Amino acid sequence: MLLIPCPFCGPRNESEFLHGGPAKARRPEDPTALSDAEWIDHLTVPPNPQGPVREHWWHSRGCGQWVTILRDTVTHEILPEDRHDRG
Amino acid sequence: MQRYSLLSLARHALSHHRDWQPVWRSPPLKERYQVVIVGAGGHGLAAAYYLAKEHGITDVAVLEKGWLGGGNVARNTVTIRSNYLRDESIPFYVKSVALYDGLTRDLNYNLMYSKRSMIDVVQTYPRLRDIKRRMLTMDLYGSSYQPIEVAELRRRIPPLTGGGPDSRLPIIAGMVHEDAAVCRHDAVAWGYARAADSRGVELHQNTAVKSLLRAPDGRISGVETERGTVFADKVALAVSGHTTSLAETAGLRLPLKSFNLSAFVSEPVKPLIDVVVNCPDLGVYLSQSDRGELVIGGAPDPGQSFRRDIKQSVFEDAVCALLELFPAFKRLKLMRQWGGTLEIAHDATPIVSKTDLPGLYITAGWWGGFKAIPAGGYSLAHLIARDEPHPLIVPFSLERFRHLDFVLEAGTTTAR
Repeated sequence: MLLIPCPFCGPRNESEFLHGGPAKARRPEDPTALSDAEWIDHLTVPPNPQGPVREHWWHSRGCGQWVTILRDTVTHEILPEDRHDRG
Repeated sequence: MQRYSLLSLARHALSHHRDWQPVWRSPPLKERYQVVIVGAGGHGLAAAYYLAKEHGITDVAVLEKGWLGGGNVARNTVTIRSNYLRDESIPFYVKSVALYDGLTRDLNYNLMYSKRSMIDVVQTYPRLRDIKRRMLTMDLYGSSYQPIEVAELRRRIPPLTGGGPDSRLPIIAGMVHEDAAVCRHDAVAWGYARAADSRGVELHQNTAVKSLLRAPDGRISGVETERGTVFADKVALAVSGHTTSLAETAGLRLPLKSFNLSAFVSEPVKPLIDVVVNCPDLGVYLSQSDRGELVIGGAPDPGQSFRRDIKQSVFEDAVCALLELFPAFKRLKLMRQWGGTLEIAHDATPIVSKTDLPGLYITAGWWGGFKAIPAGGYSLAHLIARDEPHPLIVPFSLERFRHLDFVLEAGTTTAR
């Protein structure tokens, strides 16, 4: 069970949250400027590291806030977010 | 290969069972093979067997990180079925169920194969519509799906006493998939391993592949293992959950995410349920094993994960859902729990395909891949041997992503 830091409620139990999927890279400003391969990569290939992934959780049974966390896929440890690196 | 039969059993009884041959050999690792298959799980071993049997290619090594059949082939819930949604998927699973039907004889290995219906317990109208839609498509390909009324459903599953008219989600109907079966999972791995070995395939356990090797012209030239370099003309990855990690070592990016899916069993009880019960609205399914244990599976751990354990919250959700429909199971003790790492493709349909790197083949994205082992191995062997896909797996090619021509498959997960 994860203890997810909600910016409004503080650390709360995972059972109060719904998983919102991985945080995707920002949609390119002009997709037509990309090559086909780059565009398909953007649409279909998610990061799948044995390490940190950035993902969304919805505090649906709490304050309703959407939270983005950095979580290790092997240890499930929630890591401090690098604010400048958000997608 | 030493054949197993009643006669051989009787003969070995005379020598107090001391003269049985080892089930497979343990040869030294060579420096070069025609084909290297990474992963001695269900799909890898089946592909090796069919390469030797159907295509006469026996210069094959199957490299396994741990012990043979210790990955997801040992971690599933042994359900074999073909009730899928898409025209692209159903014929493949119909073929796989048909191959399972004759597999004990084909491999001369007792899989304890047991044909039994799978019954969906339907509790919402959207689910009923979805399943009836599946029924119409499945009809075209000879896979059975029949609606039954609630009284008949309760007659066939006596311990199903929950879900009455006053409950949160009353049961409204049942759907019967008669083609479903269960069998012993370890026997599938061991049976294929023994049969492949007897045809000359080499099995190497404790041989973790660290990275893929590429020749200067870009082709795959072999693999780097913990026991040294192994060269090969063709390399196939059958490493559920870890396909992206290995493909990355050759610079290949794949549309796959890894997840943890877990299951657990109860203490053994007397025969109670003789079908596979699936409760799609609650996200839980169960069957009873030959030993009498109830084998119970739920939904996956929500985020990406490379773990092989079970998460408390996932476990609790599955138990709560189960008790809603089977309140008597409250008194059952649970015995064991486990998880496996598997992966799902962007459109939830598996990938059995050539890749952009000549000589590299992958079989990945199996969610409920146990039922797919015979047809998956059969078609992967065809792909490796002839360098073109078997008609059954043409829709499972990586090419579909290139054209954004997805095969969205909602029948992949039993639970959700």
